[in-house]
Amino acid sequence: MSSTINSIINREILISVDHVSRYYGDDCAVNDVSFSVHRGEVLGFLCPNGAGKSTTMQMICGVLSASAGHIKVAGHDMLESPRAAKQHIGFLPEQPPLYQDLNVNEYLYYAARLRGIKKAELKKAVAYSKQRCGLEETGKRLIKNLSKGFQQRVGIAQAIIHSPAVVIMDEPTSGLDPNQILEIRELIRELGNDHSVILSTHILPEVQSVCDRVLIINEGNLVLDESLDKLQRDHQIMPLKIALRQPPPLKTLGEIEGVVNIEQTGNHHFKIYCESGIDTINRITKLAVASEWELYEIIPEQDSLEETFVQLTRGENPE
Amino acid sequence: MNTVFHIATHELRRLFYAPLAWILFAVVQFLLAIFFLLILGRFIDPSTASIFADYGATEIIVVGLLQITGILLLLITPFVTMHTFSEERQTGSIKLLLSSPISITELVLGKYLGVLGYLFLLLGLIALMPLSLLMGTELDLLQLLSALLGLVLLSSSFAAIGLFVSSLTSHPAVAAISTFGILFVLWIMNMAGNTGTELFREILTYASLLNHYHHLLDGIFNSADVIYYLLVSGVFILLSIWRLDNERLY
Repeated sequence: MSSTINSIINREILISVDHVSRYYGDDCAVNDVSFSVHRGEVLGFLCPNGAGKSTTMQMICGVLSASAGHIKVAGHDMLESPRAAKQHIGFLPEQPPLYQDLNVNEYLYYAARLRGIKKAELKKAVAYSKQRCGLEETGKRLIKNLSKGFQQRVGIAQAIIHSPAVVIMDEPTSGLDPNQILEIRELIRELGNDHSVILSTHILPEVQSVCDRVLIINEGNLVLDESLDKLQRDHQIMPLKIALRQPPPLKTLGEIEGVVNIEQTGNHHFKIYCESGIDTINRITKLAVASEWELYEIIPEQDSLEETFVQLTRGENPE
Repeated sequence: MNTVFHIATHELRRLFYAPLAWILFAVVQFLLAIFFLLILGRFIDPSTASIFADYGATEIIVVGLLQITGILLLLITPFVTMHTFSEERQTGSIKLLLSSPISITELVLGKYLGVLGYLFLLLGLIALMPLSLLMGTELDLLQLLSALLGLVLLSSSFAAIGLFVSSLTSHPAVAAISTFGILFVLWIMNMAGNTGTELFREILTYASLLNHYHHLLDGIFNSADVIYYLLVSGVFILLSIWRLDNERLY
C-alpha cells in the first residue's frame, strides 16, 4: 500500500481536530472529539446513522462552526483564517452540491472559480478533474439528465478540482451500482496517494478496502481511532477457515497454542477461532507441514472490524 | 472582488436558464405595453385635451407608466429573489459555497448583484417604452432620468429585502410570499399614516417605500430619498450576511 508508505515517510498533519464539540440547541451532536489526519492517509468514518458523522465532516469543512474546540486544516485555523483553511479542502456532502440546470462543464468551471483557480489554469483544472472522474464524454450534458452515478462523479470532480490537500467525502458510494462502487473506490485509493482523504460510510468492506485508519463515532463520542492494520492484528479473536486433506482429530487442532475454539464445517474444512492472529496462523501452518496434514486452504475471515463496530456502537465496552 | 463577480454572473446565468426569468420579462412587458397604450391613447385623444392642457407628455405618460412599473416590481421581485438562498439550501448546493474559500459577504454581494443585474435589464427594457415617445415628441429627459433612478433604487431595496427573506427559509415559495407581504406593508405604510398623531403619521409616511419614490418620479432629486433607499438596501444586505454567518453557529 503506497499510501501507507507515504504516510510513514511524510507525517505532516493536515487536519487536526482538537476537543471539538457541537451543540444543536441543547442537543449535543458531537462531544469533545479529537483526532488528526496525516498527509497521504485515507481515514474512514464509521458511524451508525445520526451519530454525528456528517456534523463532524461539515465542521472540518467550515460549513458549520464548532461550538467548542479548534479545527486546523493544513496549519490554518478554521475560525481565524477560514479562507486559507478552506483553500485546502474539497468537500463532497452526502447530497452532491450540484446545480441541476447547468451542464457539467459550466458547473465545474464555476466550482473552480469559487475555489480561486486563476483564469489561465481553469481549463487545465477542469480537464484534469474530468479525466480523473471519467467525465470526459459528459461535459456538455445537463447535470439533471445524468444518472446518479455520474452525478456522484461530478460531485467528486468538484471536490478535487483545485487539488486540495484534503478531500472529505460523506458517503461517496451510496446509491451506486456495484461497478460504480468499485470505480469510485479505485478513485479514492488513487486520491489517497497524493491527498488525504476522509470518507464516511456504512459499508464495512469499503473501509477495509480503501482506508488506512478507522474512526468510529457513536452518539457524538469518538470511541475508536485505530489504524486498520493494527486493528486486524490486535483483535483478540480471529476466525480462520482452514482445509486439510489429512485432518488430525479435532482435539489435536484444539490443543494448538492460541486456538480458542474449533468447529468442523465439512469433511476437510474447519473453522478455527484463534487469539493473537498472525502468530497462531504461523503455528498452525508449521504444524500442518510438520505433521503432513496437507493444508490446502487457509483463509482469515476479516470480520474483526464488523465485530469491533458492533461492540462499540451497541454500548458494550470491548475491554 | 473577482469572486463576487463570478457569483453574480453565475446567479444571472442560472436565472436565465429557468423559464421563470423569461416569463417575467414577457409578462411585465405585455402588461406595461397595454398600460402604455391606454395612457397614450387618452393623452392624444382630442376630447380629453383640456384636462391635460397644463401637463406635458412626460408628466402624464412617463410618470404614469413608471408609477405602475413600481407596483409591478413589487409583485415580481419576490419571484426573482426567492431562489437565491432558499433553493441553494433546499438542494444542498449551499454547502459548495460554504466550504469554498469565499466569505459570506462576497457570497451575499454576489447574489445581490446577480439579482440586480436581472432587474436592471428588465428596467432597461421598460425604459425603451417611454423613450420611444422621442420619435414623436419632446420629453423632459431629466425627469425621466430621475424617475428611472427612482426605479433603480426601488428595485435595489426590494431585492435586498427579498434576499434577506430568502436567507431565512429553505422553501422558495415561503420566501416569495413573505417577501411580498413585507414589501406590500412597506409600500402602503403611508396609508396607515392617515390616522393617529402627527408624529406617528410622519414616521410612517417617511418609512414608506412609496413616498420616496414619488418624489423622484416627480423629478425632485432629494439626496435624503436616495440615502433612504441605499440605507434600506444596506441594512437588509447586512442582515443577510449576519443571518448566514449565524446559521453556521446554531
